Amino acid sequence: MVERKIRILVAKPDLDGHDRGAKVVALALRDAGMEVAYSGLHQSIDQIVSTAIQESVDIIGLSIMTGAHLPICQKLIKRMQAEKMEDVRIIVGGVVPKDDIPKLKEMGVQGVFPGGTSFDKIVQSIQSLF
Amino acid sequence: MGIARYIKDEKDSIKEVIYQSGIHVEPVYGPKNLEEVGFDYKNDLGDPGEYPFTRNIHPLGYRSRAWTTRQYTGFGTPAETNQRFKYMIAHGQTGLNVAFDLPTQMGLDSDDPKSAGEVGRVGMAVDSLRDFEIAFQDIPFDKIGSGLTINANASVMLAMYQAVAEKFGYTKETISATPQNDILKEMIGRGAWIFPVEHGVRLVGDTIEYAVKELPRCNPVSICGYHIRESGATPVQEIACAFEIAKAYIKNVMDRGLKPEDFVGRFSFNLNVYGNFWEQIAKFRAARKLWAKILREEYGVQEKKKLFLRGLFGGGGSGLTKDQPENNIIRSAYYALAAALGGAQTTALCSFDEAYTIPTPRAALLSLRTLEILMEEVGLRDTVDPLAGSYFIETLTKQMEEKILEEMKRVQEMGGMINAVAKGYIQREVAKQAYEFEKGLQNKEIIKVGVNKYTEGDHPEVELHEYNEAWADEQIAGLKELKRIRDGNAVSQMLKKLDQATRDGKNVMPALVECCKVYATVGEMTGVFQDIFGVWDEPSIF
Repeated sequence: MVERKIRILVAKPDLDGHDRGAKVVALALRDAGMEVAYSGLHQSIDQIVSTAIQESVDIIGLSIMTGAHLPICQKLIKRMQAEKMEDVRIIVGGVVPKDDIPKLKEMGVQGVFPGGTSFDKIVQSIQSLF
Repeated sequence: MGIARYIKDEKDSIKEVIYQSGIHVEPVYGPKNLEEVGFDYKNDLGDPGEYPFTRNIHPLGYRSRAWTTRQYTGFGTPAETNQRFKYMIAHGQTGLNVAFDLPTQMGLDSDDPKSAGEVGRVGMAVDSLRDFEIAFQDIPFDKIGSGLTINANASVMLAMYQAVAEKFGYTKETISATPQNDILKEMIGRGAWIFPVEHGVRLVGDTIEYAVKELPRCNPVSICGYHIRESGATPVQEIACAFEIAKAYIKNVMDRGLKPEDFVGRFSFNLNVYGNFWEQIAKFRAARKLWAKILREEYGVQEKKKLFLRGLFGGGGSGLTKDQPENNIIRSAYYALAAALGGAQTTALCSFDEAYTIPTPRAALLSLRTLEILMEEVGLRDTVDPLAGSYFIETLTKQMEEKILEEMKRVQEMGGMINAVAKGYIQREVAKQAYEFEKGLQNKEIIKVGVNKYTEGDHPEVELHEYNEAWADEQIAGLKELKRIRDGNAVSQMLKKLDQATRDGKNVMPALVECCKVYATVGEMTGVFQDIFGVWDEPSIF
């Protein structure tokens, strides 16, 4: 059986433009054999969700550096529920304080990768979701 | 180009050293190295304060004046920011460096649905002149200069700065503001852009032209190699991009009939300090020299003062780590030392907790103290350009200069900076460079103490600057109140004037100042531009 490549949308929600991390992780995931789409900057949650549907991705990976990860993820999850995207996973990277990781997980985020997480760990965690 | 490499043998003896800029470093330097690179005191250095200013733009360096310290400050409401400004000034800070929240940087009002969750988060929220009146209350405009860290709508903030100063009784001739206003670097890194490239550059040109004619003490643009380096570029790319960006702005203003001699003296630069210590020092010295040469040789600028590369060398955020955050205090001290040895005129440091959040007052004060210790305690003011004549530093400075010129040529071959950014060429290179660096870090080719070596010990979480949700409510309530009490007719009239000036290709600044004075909001003014210019369609780089 030929295994299908994991498809991921790396997305930069809302106004923040610090995209070094998002781009670097996108390149690493591509090198690890995934199909990677990058949203570009200043994407609304609606835009991210519709790109995810269009590209029929398996995962949405949000890169958030501003500290607004909790409200942003809440909004995304609500929107995805409305679109019945139960099979699409969510992961988050960026500036995330330790105390917020369990809060994100509880919300339904399947992987949280604060700045400095190794590519290997990100790749393995993603693969383990499938 | 690539990552810095230290090639060692099995006994941990270093066999080869290659800097990020691709320069191979010898184990020993002597007179023959200077000979090899064709070093000549008069041409390559000159005395401090003399062309080409490699040693310093001032004859006596820090002896005549210590550097200006300008920690990046601002959060929450204008009232909170005003308190922090006063706190920093009371502790010896000599200039302000204003941080704006993302909605303000993106031209959105606090009550815009797109602003939700971001009001006052990474900087101060500004909706109208009313907010500037609060933020700058009791700040002596004639003594304290302000950097305004805003780009896509820097024109709006510069106009607002003039409007608030005039409201407080200062004349526009006495105020000193440096809006960052470098939209091209925003498109390469940092990402707070709104309008398409050509319109973004037109607004930069408008502010430069206006400042030259109306605001004699303002520096209308601060060209930021800084964020390009933060995004992953090498030190050589940082300077090459900054200079090619500067050339794009020079062209825009020259096309309006101004001579470079009349305005280039108003440009300032914002350059980064993290990375290899020696490479940074050589970078600053080479940059000062090259900028003077470019202005004199390519643009025929004669007056000495106008050839100065002035600006802020500092920051170093990408060098700081989340792991073992207290190490960042030490790291920053070395970065500051490199800035001082490189002759920084103005400086600031990222604070040790910035990998987590915007700095707490304690962390911001530590940064300021670090800078003060260098100037007041350990002797950095003793003599100008103390490393001059070092076989190593002078060789390296010459080599950096050559590499920067090569890189500038590459950008020119891409059709110049505007084209290179519009097509995404530079963004792609910088992202690739960032990826190489990150891989180097992960496979331990690049060492970061506390991250991939010497990782034992505590990893204390730092005290966090708390985001207060109530700030947004307060800000939005204030905006609502403003809209109720301001003269709505005057606002629509002035916005119409702005619309007309924008469409007619006139300089937008006079109309913006008038808009600010009748309390038009940031969202309304930026909205006028957006209706006419549209929004940039970012090129895909993947």
